[in-house]
Amino acid sequence: MTETHAAAAIAAETGPPLLETKALSIDFGGLHALNQLTFEVREGEIVSVIGPNGAGKTTLFNAITATVEASAGDIVFEGRSLLGLDPNQVTSRGIARTFQNVRLFANMSVLENVMVSQHCRTKQHAFGALLYTKAFRREEAEIRQRAEKILSFFGTRLVGYRMDQPAFTLSYANRRRLEIARAMATQPKLILLDEPVAGMNPVESAELTGLVGRLRDEWGFAIVVIEHDMGVVKEVSDRVVVLDHGEKIAEGDYAAVASDPEVIEAYLGKGTGEK
Amino acid sequence: MTDTASPLVPGEAKALLAPPRPALSHDWRRIVRIGSIAALGQAFIALSNMPVRLDERLIVKPVLSLGYLVLLFLPLAVGYRQGHQTVREGVPVFRPGLNEVVGGFSCGLIAGGGLAVLAVLLANFDLREPLVNWSPILLDLLAFGNQAWFAAVIWLAIGAGMGTVGGVLRLLGPTSRRAVVTMAIAVAGAAVLESLVVDLAEGMGLEALTDRLYDRRGGVNWNSALGLAGVCGILAVAGRGRLRQARSRHAELQGAKRTQANAGLMALAAATLIVLPLFAGKLTNELLANVGLFVLLALGLNVVVGLAGILDLGYVAFFAVGSYSTAVLTAATSPRIAPEMPWLVALIVVVIITGLAGLFIGAPVIRMRGDYLAIVTLGFGEIIRLLFLSDWLSGWFGGSQGITMIPAADIFGLTEVSGTDPRRVFYLVLVFCALAIYVSWRLERSRMGRAWMAVREDETVAEAMGINTVNVKLLAFVVGAVLGSFSGAIFAAKVGSVFPASFLILVSIVILVVVIFGGMGNIVGVIAGAAVLIGVLGGPKQPGLLIEFSEFKLLIYGALLIWMMLARPEGLMPSVRRTRELHQQEMAQDAWLRGEVDDDGGGNRPAGPPVATQS
Repeated sequence: MTETHAAAAIAAETGPPLLETKALSIDFGGLHALNQLTFEVREGEIVSVIGPNGAGKTTLFNAITATVEASAGDIVFEGRSLLGLDPNQVTSRGIARTFQNVRLFANMSVLENVMVSQHCRTKQHAFGALLYTKAFRREEAEIRQRAEKILSFFGTRLVGYRMDQPAFTLSYANRRRLEIARAMATQPKLILLDEPVAGMNPVESAELTGLVGRLRDEWGFAIVVIEHDMGVVKEVSDRVVVLDHGEKIAEGDYAAVASDPEVIEAYLGKGTGEK
Repeated sequence: MTDTASPLVPGEAKALLAPPRPALSHDWRRIVRIGSIAALGQAFIALSNMPVRLDERLIVKPVLSLGYLVLLFLPLAVGYRQGHQTVREGVPVFRPGLNEVVGGFSCGLIAGGGLAVLAVLLANFDLREPLVNWSPILLDLLAFGNQAWFAAVIWLAIGAGMGTVGGVLRLLGPTSRRAVVTMAIAVAGAAVLESLVVDLAEGMGLEALTDRLYDRRGGVNWNSALGLAGVCGILAVAGRGRLRQARSRHAELQGAKRTQANAGLMALAAATLIVLPLFAGKLTNELLANVGLFVLLALGLNVVVGLAGILDLGYVAFFAVGSYSTAVLTAATSPRIAPEMPWLVALIVVVIITGLAGLFIGAPVIRMRGDYLAIVTLGFGEIIRLLFLSDWLSGWFGGSQGITMIPAADIFGLTEVSGTDPRRVFYLVLVFCALAIYVSWRLERSRMGRAWMAVREDETVAEAMGINTVNVKLLAFVVGAVLGSFSGAIFAAKVGSVFPASFLILVSIVILVVVIFGGMGNIVGVIAGAAVLIGVLGGPKQPGLLIEFSEFKLLIYGALLIWMMLARPEGLMPSVRRTRELHQQEMAQDAWLRGEVDDDGGGNRPAGPPVATQS
């Protein structure tokens, strides 16, 4: 852990909770996708959410971003409830997400993908565009500059000629990077990353792991990561939350969680010797 | 047809050539299949009554009428088509030879057989009950006034002949093929566009020329046809490749030079459009005005469908609201309130009314997606028309009687625009088209335009990226509505009366077809689509250049649309983006073949040596 990591971790201990779910439950018919889940994310913190398939991790993300409706409980962001908001309102409050199955605007250029994601932070309406006002031109230039700055965060991979290529021409890893860039462009306080290294080779996941840390250190985002790759989880997280069947079964730093018998059981099933 | 494999890949590798196939080595089942389809098509065309109705119109003076021409097309097309070979990378293509000719002959023969069988059936059975055009007149036409057996023989021969010609076209080199095709198109074009050419020539004082070209009873003279074909053939050979050169030069231009070239082209187009009506007679100007009205409508719908991706099947509603509110506001005969505003003042109110109508119709509709949305818009389009028709509101809008005696549009006291002078109507339409073009062009390149694109691509993700999809889509709806209302307002002043019957669902469909046919999302494409469909074939009620075809307009629309969707789904002049959307996979594959793929992180690539990561 670098020094900045340590400093951030200390800040995380003491800061106010940025996001809090309070006894959050989500039912799909009779199925409890999430059951009385309470957890919190502090400013500048990286929290990993892990758990076996069907544990409710993505449902948690969907609930926070208002894609699914909460059945009971509350989600509080910066002291205000997120319940009843539309997804775009949640985004303008300052929560951005990526998708498990990369969902870019495939036929828009790389740059446009990032530009359009600044929609909720910009305000020039149709009339400005029609009259081609000074304010309109200034804002367009700003949007473009910001987009270029965000893309240059990923080194040379998404800039240069590639900025003007349609997103579908990108390689798989670059699509994942562009998804993160798009989330950054909404100027959030909290980014939800849904399996950012799924389907990547070890070199790429190592690089992306470093990137998650830099996102926090250089941009100051709080981050919640859903991840299956335990190496990545160990590397990035200040805190790990383990879900199983929609319930939180463990929480703490990686070492504590990894040795928790209940977690091991959830992942591997009951050992025969214990019977 | 589509023997240049793909227009998407510039500099397509030259196909390898293999020696021609033996004359008789055919996939005969394919030949029979293609031929039979054409045969059915021939019988269908004959029974659609097209040949009989179009027999009056002469194409080449004593030889050929339009009625027979429509029966020659299919055998020729299948004769050409059967020789088509798909060009695959690295796989040789057989050099065309006798094989293609034999294939063309066989296909054409079978296609002609369709009419032969039909003629025999016509002579021996009476199926007039279900098939209204099953008549002796048709038999007479098919048999050239002789017995049925003669018809059978002659159509087999004609079919085989045309099919062979189609096959022979395959043998020609690109230059001579171009010459032949140009010659055919020139003669057919000159004949079909006769009224336009005569009208324009009169305006420019060139009657002497058209008097020589055309017969007094219509149709191109045999001699002039030969002359015209010759001239055009020579021009085609001399000018081969020039157009492509110019186009690729234009494509290579960068930055300021390109902007300059585009501005030049636009200035040229604008100048043509401003000057042309001065030389054109009433007929041509009427046509231009009609095309302009539909261009305006299509540009409006293009914002909704092409940019925001909302499939609106009830666009006519806004055209209707625009027309009716203009009528109510300007006409003295308006039943309930008659403020008799001047047209320009009324227009401001009309814009507000249609904007609100767009908002009210849009608000419930916009929350739906995909097919559901399309069906609901279809419903609203009808509801608006039925409201204008209803007894309930007839005190306001005159029910089926409509509102008549709408005064001419007064433009700042300078001129009065009404249907009696179509030239003025055209200029007025031109102004509003320019406005509509500006609006769509600016909006497309703005924050709103990008948001529309995102919504079109993936609504859920757009929402998650902070775009208020409802507002953004509503804006598209309202902009489309307002642009449609301009067309409605001009229409009301031009025609002088509005009836519910002018706003049938057919209008919505035709506008949509114009947008799809021209190239969704592309302004130039939309204009081209309107020019081709409305100008040549005619609008729902407006005659086009092919006045004779007006009865079969919808049939031809449908056929064109099907062909377009199969051969070129992105439209006549597509937007780059639409082409991408429709050909994403092919383009990605082509890029891969050219080795241009972005490959610094394929997910399933085995872990290589550690790559230095930039940071």
